[in-house]
Amino acid sequence: MTDQQTLEPPAPPEAPGPRSPRRSRGDGSHARNFSAGFVVKLILVALVDALGVYGILAALAVQSWGILAFLVLALVAVNWIYFSKRAVPGKYLIPGLLFLLVYQLFVMAYTGYVAFTNYGDGHNSTKADAVEAISIQNETRVEGSPTLPLTVVQRDGELGFAVVQDGDAEVGTAEEPFTAADDATVEGERVTAVPGWEVLGFAQIAEQQAAITELRVPFSDDPSEGSVRTQDGSTGYVYQSTLVYDEATDTFTDSATGETYTPSESGNFVSEDGDVLTPGWRVGVGLDNFTRVFTDSRLAGPFAQITVWTFAFAFLSVLTTFAVGLFLAIVFNDPRIRGRKVYRSLLILPYAFPGFLSALVWKGMLNERFGFVNEVLLGGADIGWLTSPWLAKLSILMVNLWLGFPYMFIVCTGALQAIPADTIEAAKIDGAGAWRIFRSMTLPLLMISVAPLLIASFAFNFNNFTLIYMLTGGGPNFVGTPVVVGHTDLLISMVYSVAFESGNKQYGLASALSILIFIVVGAISYVGFRRTRKLEEI
Amino acid sequence: MASTVVDRETPSTVVERDGAPRGRRWWIEIGWRHVVGIVTIVICIVPLVYVLSASLNPGGTLTGSNQLFRTIDLQNYRELFEGNYSSWFANSIVICTVTSIGTVLMGGAAAYAFSRFRFQGRQGGLTALLIVQMFPQMLAFVAIFLVLLSIGDVFPMLGLNSRLGLIAVYLGGALGVNTFLMYGFFNTVPRELDEAAKIDGATHAQIFWTIILRLVAPILAVVGLLSFIGTFGEFIIAKVVLQRPDEFTLAVGLYFWAADERNARWGLFAAGAVLAAIPVVLLFLALQRYIVSGLTAGSVKG
Repeated sequence: MTDQQTLEPPAPPEAPGPRSPRRSRGDGSHARNFSAGFVVKLILVALVDALGVYGILAALAVQSWGILAFLVLALVAVNWIYFSKRAVPGKYLIPGLLFLLVYQLFVMAYTGYVAFTNYGDGHNSTKADAVEAISIQNETRVEGSPTLPLTVVQRDGELGFAVVQDGDAEVGTAEEPFTAADDATVEGERVTAVPGWEVLGFAQIAEQQAAITELRVPFSDDPSEGSVRTQDGSTGYVYQSTLVYDEATDTFTDSATGETYTPSESGNFVSEDGDVLTPGWRVGVGLDNFTRVFTDSRLAGPFAQITVWTFAFAFLSVLTTFAVGLFLAIVFNDPRIRGRKVYRSLLILPYAFPGFLSALVWKGMLNERFGFVNEVLLGGADIGWLTSPWLAKLSILMVNLWLGFPYMFIVCTGALQAIPADTIEAAKIDGAGAWRIFRSMTLPLLMISVAPLLIASFAFNFNNFTLIYMLTGGGPNFVGTPVVVGHTDLLISMVYSVAFESGNKQYGLASALSILIFIVVGAISYVGFRRTRKLEEI
Repeated sequence: MASTVVDRETPSTVVERDGAPRGRRWWIEIGWRHVVGIVTIVICIVPLVYVLSASLNPGGTLTGSNQLFRTIDLQNYRELFEGNYSSWFANSIVICTVTSIGTVLMGGAAAYAFSRFRFQGRQGGLTALLIVQMFPQMLAFVAIFLVLLSIGDVFPMLGLNSRLGLIAVYLGGALGVNTFLMYGFFNTVPRELDEAAKIDGATHAQIFWTIILRLVAPILAVVGLLSFIGTFGEFIIAKVVLQRPDEFTLAVGLYFWAADERNARWGLFAAGAVLAAIPVVLLFLALQRYIVSGLTAGSVKG
């Protein structure tokens, strides 16, 4: 190694001496070495830079400071690494690393953050957004306010209003508050034409009636200043929120009843009587999400059942697939059998067939009333394979056995063939029977190579969302739980249900459950790695 | 492939003819194994035959599909391409292809760096990757949804409802899963080769693109195809990210077809399933040996 390095020429051959003293060190300087590779690199980095600068500007516009900071750092890193001569390993690591950082490490950290908040429906955004939304939702027509002659206008499919206020024409849309339109044509008290906008006639207004009556054009970005709405497309009314937000005291006051709403710890404005204004905003709730699954009586029972079933499912799946796979591997581990190759190719078909499709096909076949299994194989039986709690569990294990035994068969066949024949032979000579050989020789030897795979398979089945979701959807469902979960749900499909399918989306609770899964999976993998001693291998 | 089959079978058949017991002993020692094999194969094949038969039954419902091969008609296959199916198919192929190419390039580059350079943080980096590998990306799907929601404000192309966004998510999982598999293989390529090239004046980039990548081509193919098959069957992230029917992958789209039990066009679903399975099954059978060795290295097919 060191010999080779000394053999290396001190400078690349294409550097024929310095032209100017300043450049004497820059032998391989890109300024004089426009190879094709360099051009490609330049173009690629330029593209990344362009995308990054666009992203920085866009992030600035929507005030996403986190994304902005990340983009700036990433751009600096990319440019430094690709144009520096020192960071050679970095040139190979950075593309994958950036993706890994955002889509794996960051999302995991973010799961951890969300788990400690009440993020979810009703608490989706920041407090400022909640204040704005509350103001807008509680707008009513201001009593006795003048009506405004109003014209409905349209530009690129976006609807807007043109009104005349104090003699000045103004145009605005849902997104853009009213601004003066000096070049508009005003006839009488009504705007009849605005350059760049199409004025809608009766027929067009009738066509888009629903959208027009829902349109709200604000006076300014501050929601408390109110807005203009219309019922008929020709007269506008001034709307103002009955709830007025006072920044100094951080409270909402109902202008009609005089009731005040103060911010609560759970991220809502609440009156003294306990009336809650929605939406609320995202706040940290500490360990609430974690303790809720244990303390909320309606949730604790199902959660405990699901946890037990998840472990049972993963364990039994590994056990059954391994038992059947090993059995078949032993059965076909006899060279005297004709057509072993054919058997083996056909036996792995269930494994080659995409798993999600198998689950869907089995779902159809196990259908209670029309399925192939009940109608044909059982001659018109009426068995609720997927609808009764225990049978559904059995069906899932059976389908997973069908899906998974070929993998174990392949693995065990390989492992069996690696067991030296003379060891077995020696045992035979010593008088060991077939069962004794299997128990004391074959199985322990097999386990050395197969055990890590069994652990990996356990971890995989622990999170086998696709199978459960496609086959039973978690059903049959528990009754009376605040989230839609059922007898066959795994922890991961419970997370999915809590986050997306239970009507009220609770990302915080879902993330807390994810963290619990993380811990289990991490522990399983750790045991697996300990066994394979991979950690020591590096 | 064919020649190896012959080579391997010939000696074993010889053994079989010489030492094969006959009559009752044949049944006790060998015959029952055939019985076990045939029963198992029937169990393996029935669902596959069933779905093939259902796909050939025009306008088939679940009930109508129970009588195997009652009619044989390609009507369902023709109808498939009138709906969204062709775009799902294209989406799946494009997403899986781009993901697997990206995975191979990024994983290969990272493995090259870890295998060929000695730099500060190398040991730490490898250990970190090993730890990251313990946690499948899909566990964080809620956070992935929320993060894409925010990214969408800045880059609509990479946000929710975007195939490009989905590819980016998949690429995020690339380094953690495959780098180790490749790292081991890269280490088996003798360093003398790249040192010789270095002496001849090759840059590190030339060594990577023209020497190393060519030498490790088999592992690149295996990782690429494993990633293709894995992405093809990936469901949960795709379902969370893609919400418009024309952007679905096959996994998401076919799920919706089969999930709707009352109105499901079972025949149509079956035809879609058969077509979707063909490329994967072919890839799988062709790669059987490599996939098995890849599996023993710790990755599990989804």
